[in-house]
Amino acid sequence: MYNFEFVKPSTVAEAVAALASEDAQALGGGQTLIPTMKQRLASPAKLVSLTGIEEMKEIDSDGKVLTIGGGVTHAEVAAGGYGAISELAGNIGDPAVRNRGTIGGSLANNDPSADYPAAVLASNATIVTNNRTIAADDYFEGMFSTALMDGEIIISVQFPVPEAANYQKFEQPASRFALVGVFVAKYPDGVRVAVTGASEGGVFRWTAAEEALSASFSPDALDGLSLDAEGMIEDLHGSPAYRAHLVKVLTARAVAAA
Amino acid sequence: MPSVTMTVNGRAVTGEVEGRTLLSQFLRDDLKLTGTHIGCDTSQCGACTVHVNGAAVKGCTMLALEADGAEVKTIEGMANPDGSLGVIQAAFQEHHGLQCGFCTPGMVMAAADLLAGNANPTEAEIRKHLEGNICRCTGYHNIVKSVQAAAAQLG
Repeated sequence: MYNFEFVKPSTVAEAVAALASEDAQALGGGQTLIPTMKQRLASPAKLVSLTGIEEMKEIDSDGKVLTIGGGVTHAEVAAGGYGAISELAGNIGDPAVRNRGTIGGSLANNDPSADYPAAVLASNATIVTNNRTIAADDYFEGMFSTALMDGEIIISVQFPVPEAANYQKFEQPASRFALVGVFVAKYPDGVRVAVTGASEGGVFRWTAAEEALSASFSPDALDGLSLDAEGMIEDLHGSPAYRAHLVKVLTARAVAAA
Repeated sequence: MPSVTMTVNGRAVTGEVEGRTLLSQFLRDDLKLTGTHIGCDTSQCGACTVHVNGAAVKGCTMLALEADGAEVKTIEGMANPDGSLGVIQAAFQEHHGLQCGFCTPGMVMAAADLLAGNANPTEAEIRKHLEGNICRCTGYHNIVKSVQAAAAQLG
């Protein structure tokens, strides 16, 4: 990887100031960015580490909203006992990756096969940045693309606590990314279903399933539904039709397990 | 160049590094602690696993400067003070948990990370915890046996 200037601020304000310079890049746990830089697919002039900012490392739950700081690691979320989100976090990557990788880093990167985007979108979570809040429905803008502006930092993510939720991941065994992952969350005003790993457009909501499950929250409610394979990812691990099929299978499993 | 200070296996060390210097490079090239192996250098294989402030991390996917001020433990820190093999290391030897030995430092560090939080893991828990450590010789069975034996002895 090419060399860069490294800075590690201790406050959000300092980090925002450091990121204002040209070609500066925020660094979370580095579990994607460092490998990307090794391949010279990214070569920032300055890396601004967010790992020294204590105000981004807090988890708080009042029973209605679970707030996870942007710098909280997957291991910390996994150990917290926050239901489906903790189970999801405990199956990201492997233990050493989970000890470094952060929720803010995962969401800022928005890998089309990452796990957290499904939880955020299905939970109708709110992304809190250094200067605004962004609803999940407005945040994800396609593969590796988000509503974040240059230099904008995810301070925390607010998840409304669901009545029931579950995440089912069909794991690509070599990378441990989701070949397909489905997060189902049930709220008093309806059910949301978000799918990762499947679409060329990144994480998306399966609205037909949401309507069926909002009417009847049981796996049988999905019986007549099918998802179009058009636009699904095709690679050596699975065809678009296979992924579309998996979405329905995993949605049913998530409902059964929620 | 920026300077970095950390405690490695109980010893305070300071070095000059570039921004891009990886923790694994700093340990191997600057401190000459070559027990930490670099296998894939893509954070897949786990041969470079070390502990930073008590948590297992992939040394090839963490900047040395990110470990400034940290307590780092490497495979060299797993031996007994008299230089004899520590419990987990000895269990790997006794139960044939290695063949070529390349992955072994990472396996031992990952096993130590598991046993620190779970003194009596099931076989499934051991296999899950070692997901990020790849061995191309053993087929893993004897690695699992080694960890079970170490758990029994430490427990």
